[in-house]
Parts: sequence; C-alpha cells; structure tokens
Amino acid sequence: MGYWDEKKETMSREELTAYQSEKLVWQVKRCYENVECFRTRMDELKLKPEDIHGIEDLPKLPFSYKKDLRDYYPYGLFAAPMKDIVRIHASSGTTGKRIVAGYTRNDLDIWADGAARVLTSVGLGEGDIIQISYGYGLFTGGLGLHGGAEKIGATVIPMSSGNTALQIQTMIDLKATALCCTPSYAMYLGEEVQRLGVQDQLSLKVGIFGAEPWSEEMRKNIEAALGIKAYDIYGLTEIIGPGVSGECEYQAGMHVWEDNFIPEIIDPDTLEPLPVGSEGELVFTTITKEGMPMIRYRTRDICRLDPTPCKCGRTHYRMMKPHGRTDDMLIIRGVNVFPSQIEEVLLGFNDGEITPNYQIIVDRVNHTDTFDINVEMSEKFFADDMKSIQKLENAIVAKLRSVLGIGAKVHLVSPQSITRSEGKAKRVIDKRTI
Amino acid sequence: MFATQLSVFVENKTGRLSEILNTFSEHHIDIRALSIAENSEFGILRLIVSETERAYDILKREGFIVKKTEVLSLQMEDKPGALAQLVDKLSDAGVGIEYLYAFVSREDGGANVVLRLDDTEAAQNLFK
Repeated sequence: MGYWDEKKETMSREELTAYQSEKLVWQVKRCYENVECFRTRMDELKLKPEDIHGIEDLPKLPFSYKKDLRDYYPYGLFAAPMKDIVRIHASSGTTGKRIVAGYTRNDLDIWADGAARVLTSVGLGEGDIIQISYGYGLFTGGLGLHGGAEKIGATVIPMSSGNTALQIQTMIDLKATALCCTPSYAMYLGEEVQRLGVQDQLSLKVGIFGAEPWSEEMRKNIEAALGIKAYDIYGLTEIIGPGVSGECEYQAGMHVWEDNFIPEIIDPDTLEPLPVGSEGELVFTTITKEGMPMIRYRTRDICRLDPTPCKCGRTHYRMMKPHGRTDDMLIIRGVNVFPSQIEEVLLGFNDGEITPNYQIIVDRVNHTDTFDINVEMSEKFFADDMKSIQKLENAIVAKLRSVLGIGAKVHLVSPQSITRSEGKAKRVIDKRTI
Repeated sequence: MFATQLSVFVENKTGRLSEILNTFSEHHIDIRALSIAENSEFGILRLIVSETERAYDILKREGFIVKKTEVLSLQMEDKPGALAQLVDKLSDAGVGIEYLYAFVSREDGGANVVLRLDDTEAAQNLFK
C-alpha cells in the first residue's frame, strides 16, 4: 500500500533527527517568547532558548501537564496571535474540566496530513467512500478524520455519531468502503449489523478506530462482525487530535509522525527518559504546531516505542497500543488495576466469544473496597444447565484474580442491559467517596 | 417422546421475567409447561410452548439469550406412585436425571413429566 508523503514517512533516522533538531530549536524560542507558563518554567531551571541546540537537549526542557490547560484556560497557552487562530476544539472532558486547543491554518494542515498518512497507509485513497461516525463539533474525532479523508481525495460522509439504525442504512445505501469511529461504537455497530443480518449488504473494507483504548480481542470481534480489517489511530486534543500516530497495513503498532511530534518514554516516578523500547509514560513535543504548541507534554498513557524497521518501509517509530492511562488506573484495595486488563481477560474467554460489554463497579463498604464486574450474558456463554454456567463464571473469576492479583465478583446480567455509548464507553463506575 | 424445550437466561432482577412473559403474551405464544432453575444472580427459565420455532425466533429477535434443548416428555397415570415408578425405571437402567418438571395436560387431564437425562437415547427405548 502507498505512502501519503513518501519522503517524510521514509526519512532516514539521521535526516529525521536533523529535521527534528532544527524544528525544536525554533519551537522552544517562540514558546519562550510567547507562552508565559513555559517561560516561567524555563527561568526556574535557569534555561535560555539558546541552551537548546537540538533533540539531544530535549531532556533538559520542563514538562507540561494537562493541569496547565486548565490553569491557563482558555487561551493562555497559545503561542500564535488570535488573528492567526482559525479553529478551536475542546476535549470531551472525560476527566474533569474541559480544555481547549487552538489551531492556525498551518496546524490544520499538519493535522489533516497526519490523518491522511494513516488513511493512506491502510489502503484508502481516491475512490473510497469514508463514513465518519465520530462526533463532529468541538470533539477532535469527527473533523480530524474529515480533514484527512478530504485530503486524500476520498468521498466523505460526515455522518457524526448517534442514530445507529440510520448509520447502518447509510453505510449500506451509500456503499461506504471505510468507517471511522470509536472502537466501542464500532463494536456496537457490528452487533447491530449481525442482529439485523445485513453484513452481506455492506461494502466496508476497513475501519479506523481510536479515541479510546481497545484490545486485540476487540479488534478480532469487530473485524468478524463487520467483515473488515480494523486499524488503530491515536491522538489527543492537547497534541493535535487523531492522526498523531496510526497503524499501517501490518497492524503492528502505530507509526508516530515524528517529523511533527517527538515521542519520549519516561519513568512516571523518576521522570527520567527511558531507553527506546522500554515501557513507560508517553511524552510528546510538538515541533511544528503554531497555535498551541506543547513541550514535553505528559500524556499519562503507558506504552512502549518500537524502533525496529517496519515491513511497510516507514522509518517512524511505532508506539504499541497504550495499555492504560495512568489516570484511568483504578487503585482497588491498594492494587493498581487497568480496565484494559479486565477487558483482555473477558474477551479472551471462550475463544473471545463473550459479548465484550462489561462494566466495572467500585465502591467502599465498611472501609473496604468492593470490586464488581457486570458482564452481559451471551449466546456462547449460555447453557441449559446451571453447572456449566457456574463453571465458566468461576473460571473467569480465577483468571481475573491471577491477572489482577485481587478478587472481583462477576455478575452475569441481561444482554443489552449495560448502556451502550455512541461516543466513549463508560466502563468504570467508581462510587467511592474518599 | 422427544420435545424441544426453550431455555432462556433471566437475570435475577425485578421485571426481567415479566419482560419475557409479556413477549409471549404479545405474540400469542401459549406456555404448556415451565420451570425455573436459579441461583442468587440469575435463573434459567425452561419452557415448553405451543409454537417452539416461532417463539425461539421471536425471543432471539427481541434480544433474549435463548437455547433449544431436546428433552423427553412422557405421559403417566395421575395416581400415587406413578412418578416413583418412572424414576425407578430410569435408575435401574443407569440413566441419570439432570432435572425434571411436571405438568397436567389441558386436553386429557393426564399427568406429564419433562425430563432432561444424561442419556436420552437409552431412555427413549425404555419408554417405547
């Protein structure tokens, strides 16, 4: 499959490093001049822009945090004058107060370019009909993929999220060849397509799903339910939106567009950079973005970078699926639990055929954390006799205990009884008040 | 004789059973016999109905989890000792019973028993 920008996507490491260094020096200088928060932190470290000569100096620079976006809400972190800001987006605010991001015309182009590279790398281009079922509006999902899809010359169906019946009808009638939405919504659409028995009426080839973590098992389920190849795309509003990185045809990690976003992996406790290939917290520096640049932004995503050459020929490092966000992590009875671990266990069961709809409920009763997981009953899981169901239930409980290190109560509930989301899935209900 | 029983998953929560029964009511499905096996979390509703295939399709379409199970449905005399005799016959032949439930038939007022056995074939021959 082709490249969107072959020269940049296949640059040698030396060329890339030189390019990154030049852009970093430029970015640090303009951030120092225009962003008060950054300047104050540099001054505290007694650092001047002149002390930064290239990416070897990156670890000297101060970190930035999600909290900064709240403290300097709404425009305090912008490095370009408002007259140059042509678009505002805001994060969906799943974790606390809303944050905003501003884009210059050039930023929108960088963003669309990132999404275009991902779409091209999974085989899409002119002649494809792309249904975008991410929410449009302040959320970066809809317009982010929209920009990329238009850029590659595909036919765009700006569907936005919601109204599942109409989504499926549109897909069928307009012969959409690709679908972009959140993986949980893709899962839901897949279930509905199966229930209605209309899979053979679809023209879909591929799906590009992101904006929330998902597992390999979920990928298999979506691929089977919709008859497509499913690819992961990554991004965050603070950095730019979807298209910071994405999978190529080999589904072996997401290429980070390092000519725009420098990734680092740090130890979240010591804050020291870790060698490439280690697992730790992902940190990004946007070296070309003008509107709201981020220097060493701590994403809270835990993952690993793979520097080995990819079969597709792209030289940009691949980030493995984040297996959790440090702020998604639950601490239950003193043990760190990531919802993604629970997902892996549930979906891995019974050949991954359990309907992967589940909800984690954490509460505190008599000063002790309670940990319950509701799992929707599925066809494959159900038997006419109590014994077999209980055996399976016990096996899930045992597996969870061995993976998580603590016990959870598993409850089998009616199918379709856990609220389906058309945006992000609400997987965790934490009722503890501490 | 063999009969096809429908087994439906029922979460142990107020209103869940009525959802299923109302579905039958809406579609005019007559329930001939039923029993519920339950633990504290969920139950398995077992039913013999008037139109098994149609009822199965409707339940599936409405999103219930339902399975078809082959069971043995036998008629016996409605008098003391009849069930004991039947069960003895099975145990003498070494056939195990997983569960059973009884009902009275509307047509002839006879007693009926639905049996789920570990060896339905062998039992079938016993009651020819």
